[in-house]
Amino acid sequence: MKQGIFTVISNDRLTDNVMKMTLSGDTSAVTAPGTFINILIDGLYLRRPISVFDCEGDRVTVIYKIVGRGTEKMSLMPEGTALDILTGLGNGYDTSVSGSSPLLIGGGVGIPPLYFLAKKLIAENKKVSVILGFNTADEIFCPDDFEALGCDVKVTTVDGSRGIKGFVTAAMNTDYSYFYTCGPEPMLKAVYSASVTDGQFSFEERMGCGFGACMGCSCKTVTGFKRICKDGPVLLKEEILWEK
Amino acid sequence: MGKMSVNLCGITLDNPVIPASGTFGYGYEFADLYDINLLGTFSFKGTTAQPRFGNPTPRIAECSSGMLNAVGLQNPGVEKVIFEEIPKLKQCFHKKVMANVSGFSVDEYAYTCEKLDKCDEIGWLEINISCPNVHGGGMSFGTDPAAAAQVTAAVKKVTSKPVIMKLSPNVTDITAIAKACEAEGADGISLINTLLGMRIDLKTRRPVLANTTGGLSGEAVFPVALRMVYQVAGAVKVPVIGMGGVSSAEDVIEMMLAGATAVEVGAANLVNPYACRDIIAALPGVMDKYAITDLKSLTGGRTDG
Repeated sequence: MKQGIFTVISNDRLTDNVMKMTLSGDTSAVTAPGTFINILIDGLYLRRPISVFDCEGDRVTVIYKIVGRGTEKMSLMPEGTALDILTGLGNGYDTSVSGSSPLLIGGGVGIPPLYFLAKKLIAENKKVSVILGFNTADEIFCPDDFEALGCDVKVTTVDGSRGIKGFVTAAMNTDYSYFYTCGPEPMLKAVYSASVTDGQFSFEERMGCGFGACMGCSCKTVTGFKRICKDGPVLLKEEILWEK
Repeated sequence: MGKMSVNLCGITLDNPVIPASGTFGYGYEFADLYDINLLGTFSFKGTTAQPRFGNPTPRIAECSSGMLNAVGLQNPGVEKVIFEEIPKLKQCFHKKVMANVSGFSVDEYAYTCEKLDKCDEIGWLEINISCPNVHGGGMSFGTDPAAAAQVTAAVKKVTSKPVIMKLSPNVTDITAIAKACEAEGADGISLINTLLGMRIDLKTRRPVLANTTGGLSGEAVFPVALRMVYQVAGAVKVPVIGMGGVSSAEDVIEMMLAGATAVEVGAANLVNPYACRDIIAALPGVMDKYAITDLKSLTGGRTDG
């Protein structure tokens, strides 16, 4: 974990309520895909944890949905805004166990961390397939980015307005060596049931600190109590307990 | 003794700054960030006799200048604390640590304290009779002078370490509780624990916290905490540790002027993991600014009226 001051380089709208923000600063702590950064926002007490979409040189990019006061304030930040950010939080995805043809399954704003992951897997010469799930066509963002990396991309929409009609599981076959997923909990549960290999799941929880101190985001797992912010957000399929 | 040192129940602290229980884990998370030996000491995560998961999530909510938590005393239980956590923290912290203890019965408090009494690494026992987030324990002991006295007496019987009773602000007269603890031999009083609060999500119309209510902390509570420290310090002779919304060197000095011997820093650690390091670094400059040559001389050193 590292604390640093970052500068907003760009902050663009991708859909009605999804934005993409690129920041410049010391990114040395941003290593594994699936980790997150925790942004201090003027006028709000707690930081906002947001997963990393991409990191290259001194640039780190996040994609976020405007859901509350924090992300609303973020959406209004002009270029040049300075932000106090903790970087390199969480455990991230482990690519060493992916096999030769991993499948990445993302739903809505669960998709962003999968981009950084896909980039790493492609760099490791793996054949990456991606399923991106949305509710409707006008919510779609990022499929081109994954295609540009060389991934095989399938898009699903719940209403069938683009791509395959249905949930992400409608696009899942059994032809993959391992899988990685991030999205809303009902989607994670469906992927858990539909999957035929081991895999890694990224979870979301309201956090206090984001670095393991407050026990605000704990969950029960097969291997004991885990903090989503520090021992997660990525949990292995075999350690997940669905109890809520 | 340096100009920032204070004496807390017979043990000298290099400075009065103490990360508060529940915001600093068992120390080693922060030892990765800075040398935690620069702290006065720290109060480790509230420990109970048995392991506890705590409350369901969400456990965290936010408000203006503060936050609510309903963690509910998640901890690995006293055995694991003694055999796993303390050996780990010993690797990175070489001063006496403050053990924070909670319980659901008078016997449980005594049981846990008796175990911790045998740990040389522990300098003080801070007895939490003020957790607002558990049912049938915690705060129920801290809202009744007779129950607070009972816990104090039971703990004093099983330990030779200084016993500091941590009080709840969720009472009508906090000085009555403080005096009841002092009468049973408490060596110190710490306050305030969090203030009971809640938030409702307008979209779902449900409480944000799964536990419905939670404890409010952060800068928002500082004036309330300061007032209660002032009242308690005027009512007892034993040392008082002030806490509640402290986030700067100026706040530390203000707490001491209100009557605190030492000062705990809580929620600030969660927003800025370097908060205590930064406060300690800022203290000498702020002391110079206000012509303070010796921090311990400040305790209660205000001009009233």
